[in-house]
Amino acid sequence: MTSSAALEARPRGGPSAGRLARRHGWTVGVYVLLLLLLLYWQTIPAHWGSFDVQLAIDALPLAFAAMAQSVVIISGGIDLSVGSLISLVNVVSAKYMIDMGFRNALLFGALLLLGSAAAGAFTGSLIVLTRVPDIVVTLAMLFVWAGLALEILQIPGGGAPAQYLQLGTGHWWSQWIPSGLVILLLAYAIFWLPLRWARPGLALYSIGSNRNAAYLSGVGVARTRIFAYALGGLFCGLAGLSLSATSGIGDPSAGQYYTLNSVAAAVLGGVLLIGGVGGLIGPIAAAFVVTLVKTILILKGVDQNWAQVIQGTLIIVVVMIGGLAIRQRRRT
Amino acid sequence: MSAGSPQIASPAARLRAAQRLLSDNPAIALTFIFIALFVVTDIVNRAQSGKAFLTPTQVSTTFLYAAPLALLAAGQTLVMLTGGVDLSVATTATAGAFITSGTAQAQGTGTALLLALGLGFGIGLVNGIGVAIFRVNPLIMTLGISSVTLGALTIYSQKRFVALVPNIVNTLGSSRFLKYVPYDLLVWAPIAALIILGLRYSGFGRMIFAVGDNPVACRLAGVRVWQVLLLVYALSGAFSAVAGILLVGFNDAADLGIAAPFLLPSVAAVVIGGTSILGGSGGYGGTILGALILTVLDSLLTILNASQALKQILYGSIILALAWLYARTSSGD
Repeated sequence: MTSSAALEARPRGGPSAGRLARRHGWTVGVYVLLLLLLLYWQTIPAHWGSFDVQLAIDALPLAFAAMAQSVVIISGGIDLSVGSLISLVNVVSAKYMIDMGFRNALLFGALLLLGSAAAGAFTGSLIVLTRVPDIVVTLAMLFVWAGLALEILQIPGGGAPAQYLQLGTGHWWSQWIPSGLVILLLAYAIFWLPLRWARPGLALYSIGSNRNAAYLSGVGVARTRIFAYALGGLFCGLAGLSLSATSGIGDPSAGQYYTLNSVAAAVLGGVLLIGGVGGLIGPIAAAFVVTLVKTILILKGVDQNWAQVIQGTLIIVVVMIGGLAIRQRRRT
Repeated sequence: MSAGSPQIASPAARLRAAQRLLSDNPAIALTFIFIALFVVTDIVNRAQSGKAFLTPTQVSTTFLYAAPLALLAAGQTLVMLTGGVDLSVATTATAGAFITSGTAQAQGTGTALLLALGLGFGIGLVNGIGVAIFRVNPLIMTLGISSVTLGALTIYSQKRFVALVPNIVNTLGSSRFLKYVPYDLLVWAPIAALIILGLRYSGFGRMIFAVGDNPVACRLAGVRVWQVLLLVYALSGAFSAVAGILLVGFNDAADLGIAAPFLLPSVAAVVIGGTSILGGSGGYGGTILGALILTVLDSLLTILNASQALKQILYGSIILALAWLYARTSSGD
């Protein structure tokens, strides 16, 4: 069903093992790393009893943020406004959901998703219209969204109905399956998988890897770029909503953490910053790895601020290695 | 006489002439905007509190306030000329401020200042290594270094140390001599002169433009691009530390948020000043005017009681609008 199956089904002689390894080796490596970290995490007694639920709670918004960032990077752009759009959705949802019933809260959440997709489309349209580089436009939007979030809610506050919080923090069917994880996989299956193998997804990859070639072969480049940012906006909306569900409040500065970390998770997940390479399944695992590293450090008794410094340093190292990987690829 | 002359009769032609004037020599237009903004602020202030704003004292205050921003924007200008951006300037300035106030008691003022400058240079150097050698996207590298530095500063600020802002730093950051001349001009003016002259006349200065204009051609022509980038980022860190020293002198104490509000204005000042975001064209002269304009704009917004949130939205919009405007004028001809 996934890419490996599709590759094996190819008629001409089948792909070499080397090519398969090159294409999926990195993703598999990330999952092995995640597995090792999880095993190590299980040996630390302090977390006993909370199982995977707490990890899913901490990593859920970052996983969505990483998906948002990855979609945009694959299309050949970069979105620095990810963090503040997440703040904005978080703040709006927490401010208004607090007085709502569960059903209305869900409806409002769906509206917010539409709104954040529209916000992403707006950013994308600005980039296409003004022809100003992605990085500048999204840097400007970073401050516009953050300013709006601050205008809506000056200090952390608000809330959401208890059942809504359960969506992010509870578990379904058995205590081993965190509901957040199920929602994450559902979102991946609904919003990404059908696109990935259809026209829009292919267009996304093609404009990321070679914009001129894509244009010459009839891909609507402008349309696809706007689409990429809109899809990114949608995932930002999911990240903001899950942040409200997992933290229980709205915080206008909560999103800051996600701007850089989403890039790190995307790069660690095998998405190259030059665009056109990678998928979303890797970054999702990478988001868990990034979160797990900090969790383990704190469980080991490392001071919270030191944990942040170490995590940040690791992220920089990851991005540096990613930079070397791009140089390597250019050379070959 | 010339205003009524028939050559520039049609509005379209006049607009084109104005656009050319702006793109060829932004300093003229920017000076005009600066003065106009000052007059507007004067009118608003008279209407609101009955006091004049267009006074020698306010002009002097504007220069006093603008100096730290202009110094942060100095490093930013150099970095943006090479086609990058430095989002760690604010945190580096905060680090400079902390080191100055934290070590002055134990080490003496001179050593403290040297330590602050050295730290700034060092942080910039790390940025440079990432960008120049590992080819990390400058935004991501500097954002990452910024978050690591901020974490380290948080740890440092929780330790016990005797915070002391030396008198000379205090004077530099907040006082004036001859009634109207701020002391921080003594720091700012030489650095500004050095940058403006250096960019125009030194080989290194020209290489900065060349690298921003076309790094591949530079490399093929034998320029060691990575060395240029390394030095540019390191200089940006050092200038940021100087700004931090002035800020701690002005505030008389260091806190973790001392320079954070200057991050976006530092980018905005460069963009307003006409330095291309893609690198290769611009200069520090425009940035100085950009910093002055933003400082007056800040006063105006404060008089109008605008919230921090509104200011952020406005600065973001200004950057976007100007980047668009400059992109249009440069691609038009």
